[in-house]
Amino acid sequence: MRSLAWVRAREWVIKSGLLGATLFSILITASIVFLLFGETFRFFSLDEVSVSEFFTSTKWSPLLGEKSFGIWPLVSGTMLIAAIAMTVALPLGLITAIFLSEYAPRRLRAILKPVLEILAGVPTVVYGFFALIFITPFIRDVLGIEVDYFNALSAGIAVGILCIPTVSSLSEDALQAVPLRLREAAYGLGGTKFDVAVKVVVPAALSGIISAFLLAVARAIGETMIVAVAAGATPKMTIDPRNQIQTMTGYITQVATGDVSNFGVEYYSIYAVGAMLFVMTLAVTLLGNLIRLRFQEAYE
Amino acid sequence: MISTGALRPVSAIRAAVGQSEGTVASHKTMIRIRDLSAWYGTFQALHEITADIAENQVTAFIGPSGCGKSTLLKWCNRMNDVVPGARATGTLELPDLNILASSTDVVELRRRIGIVFQKPNPFPKSIYDNVAFGPRIHFKKLSRRQLDEIVEWSLRKAAVWDEVKDRLRQSALGLSGGQQQRLCIARAIAVGPRILLMDEPCSALDPASTTRIEDLIFELREQYTIVIVTHNMQQAARVSDHTAFFYEGKVVEQGPTEKLFTNPDQQQTEDYVTGKFG
Repeated sequence: MRSLAWVRAREWVIKSGLLGATLFSILITASIVFLLFGETFRFFSLDEVSVSEFFTSTKWSPLLGEKSFGIWPLVSGTMLIAAIAMTVALPLGLITAIFLSEYAPRRLRAILKPVLEILAGVPTVVYGFFALIFITPFIRDVLGIEVDYFNALSAGIAVGILCIPTVSSLSEDALQAVPLRLREAAYGLGGTKFDVAVKVVVPAALSGIISAFLLAVARAIGETMIVAVAAGATPKMTIDPRNQIQTMTGYITQVATGDVSNFGVEYYSIYAVGAMLFVMTLAVTLLGNLIRLRFQEAYE
Repeated sequence: MISTGALRPVSAIRAAVGQSEGTVASHKTMIRIRDLSAWYGTFQALHEITADIAENQVTAFIGPSGCGKSTLLKWCNRMNDVVPGARATGTLELPDLNILASSTDVVELRRRIGIVFQKPNPFPKSIYDNVAFGPRIHFKKLSRRQLDEIVEWSLRKAAVWDEVKDRLRQSALGLSGGQQQRLCIARAIAVGPRILLMDEPCSALDPASTTRIEDLIFELREQYTIVIVTHNMQQAARVSDHTAFFYEGKVVEQGPTEKLFTNPDQQQTEDYVTGKFG
């Protein structure tokens, strides 16, 4: 027989272990943020850069010739990729979610859902090469649109495909959460399946769908490998998706893996870009959570 | 309680009055049901039901849980279509339409036969949009003004207009349960049905709201043929003209409500309406 003291000691150890593991991950995150902003601060204290230049200049050329540190070309490159990606992922993901939730027989859904989630499990470098060796030639040869070898369009499309499962899976959860009796009400009024899905279920699940969309945006903004492979390395203020561009993540990769002096201004610049990226992704994620909580579907 | 008459020896009264099983003489038949059987998968929920639902009358389906009364109600506008494994054989028809035929357009059928559910189920939309939902589906190209008229007419008809007229643009979810249920009735009649099916419409409501709905049902009878499923015997006695008592998928007895409650032909009916089982 176990003594009470032994049981209590064991419970204490278990509890402490769990707490320790939780604290560890929080600590890691906190130190990353601390490091990120610490080095960013150091970047801005260098003679070559100023905060006002960082936020007002539209030229980003940290490596060659006359150095200039204006973040906007990288931000615009990132936003361009995210916009293209969402143009692909939102309609396809939402249509997929509606099909899976409202139309697909249960058995088909049980097969399709995991298959879709595999999409999210494919290594992103594969998507990058897919963009380069399939999407770009397809745009050029089949659609007949002149694009650079590296271009925002094909990288954005690949990021969009990557984001489809995020949109479809979370949207489908939101659609499934709409109570059956709302569907019954709509059928009872003579609604067709399409009426029920589009006029009742989707509006009722809208906040969940928006939050799924924003999570996908955050993912697109933070996506690195695809853009590093397929979008090019030319920071440019443009909304023309045929051009090569550079995203914030692409720049960080380029410098972090390239041959730059470890403690020069280029080196510290990646922290500033990283901090900016962190703020953007965090803002989108927080907004998504806020919308989800604030406009939580109430069905009663 | 229900009625003292129900406690008298049924057979004696039956002999004295000499009434046959209740049939509808003065009112035309709106829904004709002949030998209707229905299944969910291999479970037979209805056994050769035969009944006539009279026009502009309230017909109550009563019986214990699982007796098939809701199943029959839901076949009347084919709500069972979406239930996997549900099927039915026999005759179920309106004067001009075979309800069960696969060629029947369920969209039009449900426009003609509205349904109100057990629990109020307004859409998470504004009060106005709830009522306008059906008309927008069925009647394309309604002007703003026509739609306004339909919405007001329906809400007035459902005796909820005065309570909601100043908040038509607000969410229907802010209404009380009783108001929501009257809104659902307004929503159902907004597409111009002749028949209203009500599946225990008061079972989720408080007594005061129940009274209002019952009064409303009584008034609506002037223009609509109403079929109401209820667990509440007093309610059936109060609101209906005809009653059918269901037990284990069969109609045990049907006829004028008064007779069924005071002088039933079947011992089982008497036992049920006096509360001996159920």
